[in-house]
Amino acid sequence: MPNYRIHKTEYIDETKRVSFKYDGKTYFGCEGDTLASALLANGIHLVGRSFKYHRPRGIVSCGAEEPNAICQIGSKKDLTEPNVRATELELYEGLEASSQNCWPNVKFDIGGINNFISPLIPAGFYYKTFMWPKSFWKKVYEPLIRLSAGLGKSPTEPDPDIYDHKHVHYDVLVIGGGISGIIAAKMAAKNNLKTLLVDDKKILGGSTIYQNNEAIKIDDKLSSEWLKNEIQEINKLSNLTIKTRTSIAAYHGYNFLLAKENLTDHLPEEKKKNKIRQRLWKIRAKKVVIATGSIERPLVFNNNDRPGILLSNSINKYLDFYGVSCGENIILFTNNDSAYETSISLHKKGIKNLIVDLRKSASSELIKQAESLGIRIYFNHVVTNTFGYRKINSLEIMKLSEDGNTTVGNKIKLSCDCLGMSGGWTPMVHMHTQSGGKLNFRDDDQVFLPKENSEDQISVGSCNGDFDLENIIDKTVNKINKFLDIDNQDYQDTNIICSKENDKRNIWLLPNKIPLGKTKCFIDFQNDSTAKDIKLALKEGFRSIEHVKRYTTTGMATDQGKLSNMHALGIIADTAGVKMGTLGTTTFRPPFTPLTFGTLVGRNVGKFFEVVRKTSMHEWHVENNAEFENVGQWKRPWYYPKKGENMHDAVQRESKAARDSAGILDASTLGKIDIQGTDASEFLNRVYTNAWSKLAIGKCRYGLMLNEDGMVYDDGVTTRISENHYLMTTTTGGAANVLSKLEDYLQTEWPELDVYLTSVTDHYSTASICGPNSKKILNKLFPNLDLSDENFPHMSFKEDKLENINCRIMRISFTGEQSYEINIEAKYGHSLWKMCIEAGKEFNLTPYGTETMHLLRAEKGFIIVGQDTDGTMTPSDLQMDWIVSKKKFDFIGKRSLYRSDTVREDRKQLVGLLTDDPKEILEEGAQIVSDVKSKPIDMLGHVTSSYFSPNLNKSIALAVVRSGKTMKGQKLIIPMENKNINVTVSDTIFLDKENKRLNA
Amino acid sequence: MFLINCPFCGERDQSEFSSGGEAHIVRPKQPTELSDDEWAEYLFMRKNIKGIQFERWNHAHGCRKWFNVVRDTSNDKILSVYKMGEKPPVNYK
Ligand SMILES: [Zn+2]
Repeated sequence: MPNYRIHKTEYIDETKRVSFKYDGKTYFGCEGDTLASALLANGIHLVGRSFKYHRPRGIVSCGAEEPNAICQIGSKKDLTEPNVRATELELYEGLEASSQNCWPNVKFDIGGINNFISPLIPAGFYYKTFMWPKSFWKKVYEPLIRLSAGLGKSPTEPDPDIYDHKHVHYDVLVIGGGISGIIAAKMAAKNNLKTLLVDDKKILGGSTIYQNNEAIKIDDKLSSEWLKNEIQEINKLSNLTIKTRTSIAAYHGYNFLLAKENLTDHLPEEKKKNKIRQRLWKIRAKKVVIATGSIERPLVFNNNDRPGILLSNSINKYLDFYGVSCGENIILFTNNDSAYETSISLHKKGIKNLIVDLRKSASSELIKQAESLGIRIYFNHVVTNTFGYRKINSLEIMKLSEDGNTTVGNKIKLSCDCLGMSGGWTPMVHMHTQSGGKLNFRDDDQVFLPKENSEDQISVGSCNGDFDLENIIDKTVNKINKFLDIDNQDYQDTNIICSKENDKRNIWLLPNKIPLGKTKCFIDFQNDSTAKDIKLALKEGFRSIEHVKRYTTTGMATDQGKLSNMHALGIIADTAGVKMGTLGTTTFRPPFTPLTFGTLVGRNVGKFFEVVRKTSMHEWHVENNAEFENVGQWKRPWYYPKKGENMHDAVQRESKAARDSAGILDASTLGKIDIQGTDASEFLNRVYTNAWSKLAIGKCRYGLMLNEDGMVYDDGVTTRISENHYLMTTTTGGAANVLSKLEDYLQTEWPELDVYLTSVTDHYSTASICGPNSKKILNKLFPNLDLSDENFPHMSFKEDKLENINCRIMRISFTGEQSYEINIEAKYGHSLWKMCIEAGKEFNLTPYGTETMHLLRAEKGFIIVGQDTDGTMTPSDLQMDWIVSKKKFDFIGKRSLYRSDTVREDRKQLVGLLTDDPKEILEEGAQIVSDVKSKPIDMLGHVTSSYFSPNLNKSIALAVVRSGKTMKGQKLIIPMENKNINVTVSDTIFLDKENKRLNA
Repeated sequence: MFLINCPFCGERDQSEFSSGGEAHIVRPKQPTELSDDEWAEYLFMRKNIKGIQFERWNHAHGCRKWFNVVRDTSNDKILSVYKMGEKPPVNYK
């Protein structure tokens, strides 16, 4: 096997070999490698196929911006992970990775199928395709897209890994552990500020840490040596926390940031076990220093995408950090000085290389050095084409014309096995813009820079457009002193020597003799969009960068255009003949690099996904085979099926038992609000539609609560416990909102009222016993209580003791039967329930769930707020005018009840429906019409509640129907998928209109 | 995500609060005297300002108190908080 590891570095331990599998084949790397550096050490550049054209693609970069080397990690159904960048993945023993998007395999060699059909895949391909005949889509495109849509496979089973969340607060957060970040963190921490420094790499130091050029020195040391010293120093600072392998995913307002810390992704399988994989840090920082650096730009020329073509600085990092050479005969193509550093470094390690520089000429310390080393430099030349299929093997260069718009002279063919390109540097302004910051454009070197720094955020270093070391250090120190309002003198006498770049020349789309339509000048490597696509989009009329981006899919792959956005903008500006700064830029959205769902969700999975509220009786329901229904967060028994029973059977049995003898319901979930104060009665007068002042102590009353818009909001029974003390009940789902609404009015509109509200929903458990035998069961439980209708009539309240424990008993009914609700302190709820069941045995006391409750109340025509109402129903719409006080001066919603819209006669109104066939049960939500022939069919309303009533032996339903109040007896139609169901409008009360059963 | 300075509890994360819309809309004392239009004005009409806005917030997962906030909606900066019943700070009028 070839070995491209050509020299030792302190970051690679060559004595520790690490075996890994790539595309099924075993290789060896070293401790300290990334997957990418290990592959390159093995001479592997080719790592995938391009998305549209299936062109061979190689590793391009050494960081988060990597567009090509994205892999699928692992193959287990629950643990496999797609879209992992090989350039960021630290190598570990047993790592299994495979290239994505390489059907049928990465070396498949018939020239790239799509490359052949590429004229069919222009910009806007996806949009245009939908316009074509259907048959094209089905037969040609879809199969092709499916084959080539190789952007990884999602796991198909739940993620077994553990993820964690942590909230932290810091005085200063520094993002990025390069030289400027390290200086900023040190200055902050040494001035007693609690500081956090995060960096996405394994070690701090950024690109300075492997810098080894004699032209760049600090205090007479190589900048890398100087920085290592600094890192040692900051490691000693007690109020500085350093988090490596931690990347900021999102920067929100108010300096709230999310960071992902990688804890086990670099560990071998057996060491990952039972450990937290990743931690999401939720950071609040008083001040944030952004020091995220910059990334190198590619250059856009014909066939700039062959394996073996990398960013120049990445070649440098692979060499000086990982000890790996990307080739043996390297050409560097540049428009700036930084490639010279790479060249000199390669030269020193004995690697043959030359430079193609598109600048007419240039002079600086670095260039002088290269010249004195005898490195060949072609100034004023551009690469016009490259050759080699699986890897670059040669290229052509030509001279640039004076204006740079075209090439002149003869082609020069040069052989090589690797090409480094450097189109300059793009400051990483993502964090700044994510936080809402705006950008300025600097024409000089065509970069977007943070427009302003605020009092709580600043950008320093190359992300702020400061590229040479002297600039970086001086400006960082000055700015941080000002920003943190400190006077740090540590760097006062630091002596910095560096090479200064004097010459710039930027050409976004490099000229070529070949017409653009016949070239492949890639801008976005991952989404395979080319300069031609951008131009086509402009020709077709697209102008906005956001539109061009979507139309050509440039910058829309998993790398989010880190390498491509600037070139797309540049080419648009050039083509449209406008200044680049005037176009604006696309929006940088979080996350900066992809996040797994596991990290975002943290521990809130499985049973921790949502809060579950259970009543004290819950275990009894479970033991007695209840099926549960979720009502808000509550688990409520839905029905209790006996052996062999389905839901319908169980509900019919439960409903019949409740009316024939006795039923019992766990009503603990109803909202309960304790209301006290000398103005409690007045308060109730204002929040309910009916009058409360005259309610006697010990009596209960049903109340309807409206919104200020007059629509029914909630309902429930309130009991007057003493002169200034009421207990209000609300619907189960509405409890929290009702309390909030009442508190709002009390605090903001009626602060003069002496009223105190306390939610006591969880304080009491409630067993509701109903049916003709309920009184007998109550008598067994409370033998000393006078249950006669005279002493304890319907809608009244008594207190008694059950085995010495206080109970509040309300005689109220939601079923139309005689009914008692026994409230007891929640901790006794389970005992209460069991005693009720025991006492009820001889009366066939039948536990029933919410479904039977709904059926029983529907027989009586009692509404359920939220089922028969939907926020558009007034009391009058519900035929409940009787509950609206005419005398009261005001209550919430009163004025809205006579707005022109609420008094319309043709509003949707609650009615009963009876099916002509009594066995036919309507579907809730079904539409109601009067005529199915005229089109469009006029829709009159819909069914809100529907059941088969075992007590009436027929189907019953409630519905809202336009002008329903006036339609009693009228025939209507419910059109269903296969049939029309005939119904007759009826009264809403189906059973016991005279309320005889309440006192039977 | 805002940090909101509850006048009763101090600075807390936005997730503890709920927003209650525009502030200083007083419920009419005699709604029955109002025309449909006047009532609709109270009931439905809300400003939606780009710039300095007066808002109601409730510390729902805290002290449950309602209070007022002055917020610049163009940059989400909260400029001031004050209790219910207090007058809005004059410098933001
Ligand atoms: Zn508070």
